[in-house]
Amino acid sequence: MKMDVQDSMVPVPFRIEKVRRELSDTFTMELKPEAGGAFRFQAGQFNMLYVFGVGEVPISISGDPGESGVLVHTTRAVGAVTRAMGQLEVGETIGVRGPFGKPWPVEQAFGSDLVIVAGGVGLAPLRPAIYQALANRDKFGKLVVLYGARTADDILFRKELERWRGRFDVEVKVTVDRATDRWAGNVGVVTNLVARGGFDPMHTTALVCGPEIMMRFAAQALVKRGVSPASVYVSMERNMKCGVGFCGHCQWGPHFVCRNGPVFTWEEASPLLAVREL
Amino acid sequence: MVQIDDLSRIIDEHPFAHGMDDTLRALIVGCAANERYDAGQYILREGGRADKFFLIRAGAVALEIASPSGAIMVETLSDGDLLGWSWLSDPPVWTFDARATQLTRVISFDANCLRRKMDADPALGYEVLRRFLPIMAHRIHAARIQMLDLYGPGPRR
Ligand SMILES: Cc1cc2nc3c(=O)[nH]c(=O)nc-3n(C[C@H](O)[C@H](O)[C@H](O)COP(=O)(O)OP(=O)(O)OC[C@H]3O[C@@H](n4cnc5c(N)ncnc54)[C@H](O)[C@@H]3O)c2cc1C
Ligand code: FES
Repeated sequence: MKMDVQDSMVPVPFRIEKVRRELSDTFTMELKPEAGGAFRFQAGQFNMLYVFGVGEVPISISGDPGESGVLVHTTRAVGAVTRAMGQLEVGETIGVRGPFGKPWPVEQAFGSDLVIVAGGVGLAPLRPAIYQALANRDKFGKLVVLYGARTADDILFRKELERWRGRFDVEVKVTVDRATDRWAGNVGVVTNLVARGGFDPMHTTALVCGPEIMMRFAAQALVKRGVSPASVYVSMERNMKCGVGFCGHCQWGPHFVCRNGPVFTWEEASPLLAVREL
Repeated sequence: MVQIDDLSRIIDEHPFAHGMDDTLRALIVGCAANERYDAGQYILREGGRADKFFLIRAGAVALEIASPSGAIMVETLSDGDLLGWSWLSDPPVWTFDARATQLTRVISFDANCLRRKMDADPALGYEVLRRFLPIMAHRIHAARIQMLDLYGPGPRR
């Protein structure tokens, strides 16, 4: 499915094929266009999802970019629209505009180590990049996935993380902020995992997604280890309306996050993050 | 029995010692010993006298605080980390339990031995503190971020 600019303002009806409850407040939907056809996107892009009669929100695509038959989104219910989305059931319709935004630079990272640093639901926008990296595993040096969650019960895509960790060619490290009795893994912030390394900083591309504060400290930790700020990428979130660079709602300094982002290099993002209230 | 030369080489491989000059290394090696802890074994206990610190060579260590409902794990440390700086405070008393969660090999340093050398040679004292301070600052910073409950419910962070 490919849209021109005019079309890009009109939501296309998609049928909800599957809903999976991932965590107490987070769910994954699998969608198919009601009119049939495929949906192509690049890892890191997002769609505007319209819950009819309630509102529209930007949500990253969390599925496999190599699989165009189904569109996958993972959403945390935090407010009016995302909660209403969480109430939708299989067979119901949701409006989709997209895909929008600049993707993760997975192909540009070929030839270097790829370090993925995710926090909380931030693993969802990074999962397509992990799928893409795994599909091209021989084109990278080390592939390292570092993930931080609140508790062991809040680990998103747990089975997949375990599966990836079981491979001999991926290093997966998970840490939680608060340990419960059953947890025997790492405790502490995800930046600690960055500090412990396991990659060659001089030849590393890092993709970081999570709460803004976490991204800030993770990017700083990567740079401190010697990764170039131009090789660290973060995915920014700002409130959006049009999603295509018309309305200015998502303006962030000189950028429109929907069009110039959401993926920015740390070189671009860090001076703006240093400006309060931007 | 581990020889001084072997200890010196092992210490050299640890991030704590990167860039350390030979005189300083020779001084601290004299206070060092090789130790191993099995999974479940306590390396130090809250309230105990802090007369050592440790460089973790390999393994995993949980820092815990005892509570009426059981131990609460506040942080884990592993290969390349430094464990214990209470020996620098007054009175030198451990403020956490540290338990090996798997077979863990460490280099331990006798704090009394090191303190004596640091008192006698302030330049050495300064050098040791200079290596501890960034690690302490990093841990405090990390603990503060951990306290923010970044992934918890509530407004966007
Ligand atoms: C490019 C982009 C990609 C995104 N991808 C995803 C994704 O894959 N999955 C996902 O769950 N969300 C994602 N988001 C965030 C999502 O768009 C917002 O959570 C959503 O717009 C909130 O709308 P609402 O009407 O449900 O809540 P609102 O009524 O707008 O907000 C209700 C409360 O939730 C808080 N809140 C709003 N946004 C967030 C947030 N992002 N995180 C935590 N608290 C928040 C507000 O501060 C407020 O307290 C993305 C945002 C952008 C810009
Ligand atoms: S959301 Fe309208 S310009 Fe970005």
